[in-house]
Amino acid sequence: MTGEETPGARDIAVVAFAQTDVLRTTDELSEVEMLMPVLHSVLDRTGLKTADIGFTCSGSSDYLAGRAFSFTLALDGVGAWPPISESHVEMDGAWALYEAWTKLLTGDADTALVYSYGKSSPGSLRDVLTRQLDPYYVAPLWPDSVALAALQAQALIDAGQADESALAAVGARSRRVATLNSHAQLRGTVPQGDYAVRPLRTGDCPPVGDGAAAVILAAGERARDLCSRPAWIRGIDHRIEAHSLGVRDLTDSPSTRLAAEKAGAFERPVDTAELHAPFSAQEIVLRKALRLDDSVRVNLSGGALAANPMMAAGLIRLGEAAARIHRGESDRALGHATSGPCLQQNLVAVLEGDAR
Amino acid sequence: MPEVLKAPLVVEFPFTRSLGPVQSAFLTGLRERIVLGVKTTDGRTLVPPVEYDPVTADDLRDLVEVAATGTVTTWAWNHAPRRGQPLDTPFAWVLVRLDGADTALLHALDVPGPDAVRTGTRVRIRWAEERTGAITDIACFEPHDGDPAEPTGSTGEFADPVTGIVAPARLDYSYSPGRAQSAYIEELSTRRTVGERCPSCHKVYVPPRGACPTCGVPTAEQVEVGPRGTVTTFCIVNIKAKNLDIEVPYVYAHIALDGAGLALHGRIGGIPYDQVRMGLRVEPVWTDGARYPDHYRPTGEPDADYDAYKELL
Ligand SMILES: [Zn+2]
Repeated sequence: MTGEETPGARDIAVVAFAQTDVLRTTDELSEVEMLMPVLHSVLDRTGLKTADIGFTCSGSSDYLAGRAFSFTLALDGVGAWPPISESHVEMDGAWALYEAWTKLLTGDADTALVYSYGKSSPGSLRDVLTRQLDPYYVAPLWPDSVALAALQAQALIDAGQADESALAAVGARSRRVATLNSHAQLRGTVPQGDYAVRPLRTGDCPPVGDGAAAVILAAGERARDLCSRPAWIRGIDHRIEAHSLGVRDLTDSPSTRLAAEKAGAFERPVDTAELHAPFSAQEIVLRKALRLDDSVRVNLSGGALAANPMMAAGLIRLGEAAARIHRGESDRALGHATSGPCLQQNLVAVLEGDAR
Repeated sequence: MPEVLKAPLVVEFPFTRSLGPVQSAFLTGLRERIVLGVKTTDGRTLVPPVEYDPVTADDLRDLVEVAATGTVTTWAWNHAPRRGQPLDTPFAWVLVRLDGADTALLHALDVPGPDAVRTGTRVRIRWAEERTGAITDIACFEPHDGDPAEPTGSTGEFADPVTGIVAPARLDYSYSPGRAQSAYIEELSTRRTVGERCPSCHKVYVPPRGACPTCGVPTAEQVEVGPRGTVTTFCIVNIKAKNLDIEVPYVYAHIALDGAGLALHGRIGGIPYDQVRMGLRVEPVWTDGARYPDHYRPTGEPDADYDAYKELL
């Protein structure tokens, strides 16, 4: 689906969004215990019950939990019995939202519940994420997520597009604006810190934390019934680049640019953007790929440098963008999610509120 | 609230992977100290080689040898190597474009410090002493002052090609089951089975997971169930499990503990396997020091009526 709407296609909107506080550890909660409050929050906001939901889609990863089919336990939180129409992506919830959007487009359902969650605290996230790499040429070397992001940051520095102080400024700004986001994990002044993997310092890296998010989508008039100002999805698209880092230009994000183009992001300016940039250098790459200038309010939530719960952080970007439209703080917002090392996969959604 | 439980959890698995023709040639080449790339239809040489063009998705099979020397295209200084990484002393992660290649390979560079590496540094492969046909046959890169290395003239054909790799993976976790399951396990240590009642449908879930799977609402009210129960359904196991000291055949059953709204599963003992039946009344048998019942045995009571457990099948 592109920005050019198919005639007769249904209008679909984000009508509710909720997220947990993101915390370094949540030992006292199982995944479903962590998830339940946000599920009930989005249901309460719309007045819907679990049985009213037409389609449910979730995003999570067994590798975070260290258990096979771990998402089936979380299904308890949505009342999976009697059987519901349900699906799961082993990815960030932003991709679950994409699947739910296509399901609503088919007309098979009018409402969808999308949720995602991740507890990174039980394992060592830097090591866990090595398991998503090419298993023949890369994963046997165990290059961790920070190391790969550091290669990208150095490439950006070598290309003259950033220096260490520019990187530090990205992290500092994110945590400064995050003081207004009670869900964020790192807020206010945070020391730039020592090198994690040079040129990245701890201040250039996202905090490791546990968290969950949920969104409700609805089609057409149903969306107006459930929300006073729905965030209409005008376009949504996702693209992927070669998995081999040595094939890619790490200073650019052509997949983000293409997804944005197909989602209609360049047809008219956006006023707000929520970018999923876990590492400081990645925000610089994304701003360039998305042609965002200083007139656009970027990551007022603090973004992933303030809170990056794996599998939920991308859905939270889309949810934050939608919530600003719900509250009347934005008329046209861009939400972006990423997955994989060095911005390998990127999803872009363009959301709009009704004219006021 | 009792203390939440926590225990180490190690997930370890030797992934056995087969190789396609291009990967096989590349990894066999490494075993023979030869580096192969693959030519794309537009004439570029990809190293490491892939079987499909990342842009056009064309089939790629045209192998070409490149040099064991090259140039760093970007780098990152790793002052604290982690388990499994190529070197256990501080090193630079590097992307290296080998002489003759158009793309770069990820590996480690052995230099004393970050001042000894920059983008543009010339490097050469340091081969592992023992090579098996894996990316780790390249031990690492090291600085190189001289001319580009001469290719050996390999055609990419090998007498004894590597057709697969075994990639061991180990991840360490500190697992916590959360509030509801911690409480369940704590009670089990006193040989009591405690579920949680749904405030909406009033069913008692065992083991409790903190949510009612029917209603999707949190559960909190603890209810002791059992110890006796009824076999709702069962199967006869004829294959001996590894590391399990139980004679086959034996019966594995769903058991609805008295008062529970859901059956849990356990082994049935103390009765010949071919006499186990639906409705059989059973009780747990504990062994010293165990944290859960070893198995369930008949109580000697009359069988339960089908109507008493049909909702729990
Ligand atoms: Zn219930």
